[in-house]
Amino acid sequence: MSILTPLLEPVIQPALNKATSIIPIHWQIKGAHAVQNVKHRTGKDRPVPVFNEVPLPDVSTLALEDIDLSNPFLYRQGLWRSYFERVRDECPVHFQKASPFGPFWSVTRYEDIMFVDTRHDLFSAEPIISIGPQPEGLEIETFIAMDPPKHDVQRQAVQGVVAPKNLAQMEALIRSRTADVLDQLPVGEPFDWVQKVSIELTSRMLATLFDFPFEQRHKLAYWSDVASGAPESTGGNANTDEFFHAAADMAKQMSLLWREKEARKAAGEEPGFDLISLLLANDNTRDMINRPMEFMGNMVLLIIGGNDTTRNSMTGGVFALNQFPEEFAKLKENPALIPNMVSEIIRWQTPLAYMRRVAKEDVTLNGQTIKQGDKVVMWYASGNRDERAFEEDPDRFIIDRKNVRKHLSFGFGVHRCMGNRLAEMQLRILWEEILKRFEHIEVLDEPEYVQSNFVRGYSSMSVKLTAKA
Amino acid sequence: MGRITFIEHSGTAHVVEIEAGQSLMQAAVDNGIPGIDADCGGACACGTCHVIVDEQWIHATGGINADEQGMLGLTLEITDTSRLSCQVTLSEALDGLIVRLPEFQM
Repeated sequence: MSILTPLLEPVIQPALNKATSIIPIHWQIKGAHAVQNVKHRTGKDRPVPVFNEVPLPDVSTLALEDIDLSNPFLYRQGLWRSYFERVRDECPVHFQKASPFGPFWSVTRYEDIMFVDTRHDLFSAEPIISIGPQPEGLEIETFIAMDPPKHDVQRQAVQGVVAPKNLAQMEALIRSRTADVLDQLPVGEPFDWVQKVSIELTSRMLATLFDFPFEQRHKLAYWSDVASGAPESTGGNANTDEFFHAAADMAKQMSLLWREKEARKAAGEEPGFDLISLLLANDNTRDMINRPMEFMGNMVLLIIGGNDTTRNSMTGGVFALNQFPEEFAKLKENPALIPNMVSEIIRWQTPLAYMRRVAKEDVTLNGQTIKQGDKVVMWYASGNRDERAFEEDPDRFIIDRKNVRKHLSFGFGVHRCMGNRLAEMQLRILWEEILKRFEHIEVLDEPEYVQSNFVRGYSSMSVKLTAKA
Repeated sequence: MGRITFIEHSGTAHVVEIEAGQSLMQAAVDNGIPGIDADCGGACACGTCHVIVDEQWIHATGGINADEQGMLGLTLEITDTSRLSCQVTLSEALDGLIVRLPEFQM
């Protein structure tokens, strides 16, 4: 078979492409789901790990080699800081040989993370950037998990949608939507900030970027949660059936949206500045819908990219200012600190804990030899708390922290976050509008945290607002 | 050692004294030139110190490697004479250099 494959490729590939361009994507996903079900019943599928939460031990009681940074409850149980601090100090390039996701290296110091992130010649982002693999049968193709030169072509096709030049034109719209959400909040009584503000604002933003039906915008947040929550990928708690159903629903709606825009373009209508219109306008991507896993990959990437990250930074900022009330006072005293505070929020929260790579050759890093083919996890959440890189107590939230823009949350190198300026703008506008309206936002209880080793998120956070006098 | 001129997108010009051996990005940051973020601190890894070199000077700024080309490819404002200023080392040969700043850093 391995000898025949290259010979058959020219025959099979056009046939496959032909088939995939005729059969609607959501049918293909349903087909893949059926295949997975059969494989599961006959015991031929790859086992999916099951995660049951138990209280994790104090890190000082563990042998170094037993520390497993991939545990999806570390963040929720508030133990991640002590675990990462010990690894940073005692074994900054750390090997865990038997995690539920298989063996992997952890890179935990700022400088080492910077090295791995910028050396795409030594470390590949393929096939995916989570510690574990994608759910079997639904392996999408996305440029965050492609190496140059293919990565460059795909990214260049879509980066215009969030380029600063276009964002400047969207600022007034983002501000009016933010104001609208804030004006509807109850004052003086408890409510869930995550639902009413963070999810609401990010869903509205995504609906705008995709020109997606506004009244159905909550589907975007739901799809994102399911897509990033597969247990085998990130230790999340989405189940396989839910995953396939969400993927099929998303494929159907996004294909419809694509076809509709394609038809309007063919009819000579001026293209909009939404994501799909941009893909349709680019020679490299205008027929992307005929490559279903690539089409789905781009949709999923941009939905997740614009969702979890900003959402959890919107919640994290409120939480941080409650933990460090002197910073809240400083902010009210001097709102000109908002842009710097936004970077500090993104550092302090680090909404995505890591990106994963695979060594393309043997690499020696900080005294350890990483073998070709080994998984390498760059823990941004750890690098952002590395005392060697952030001199002023990195665990503290300091809104006027110097050099905070060097934080790792956006990554560095060719995979640097494409939506960084949009995220910064959304957060800046949110805080500008909050300060106009509210004297205080009080966090009433410890927030609820998401189960994941990847998303550092909040599922709810009860707050109470005090209006400005 | 010499002087170089940064011209903001708005047209405002800043003339600064330079030292041989430092990077063009460092000269901008040390002199508080607005519009150079340099988030990664000079590692050719963020693309936020993009400058557009005056055509007459482009050869004097030296060659451009694949990493720099790759990062510049991520900005929509790339031009034929775009450089990341952290990758340009100042020398006497660059006395008089003129660079323009893009409207936005990515």
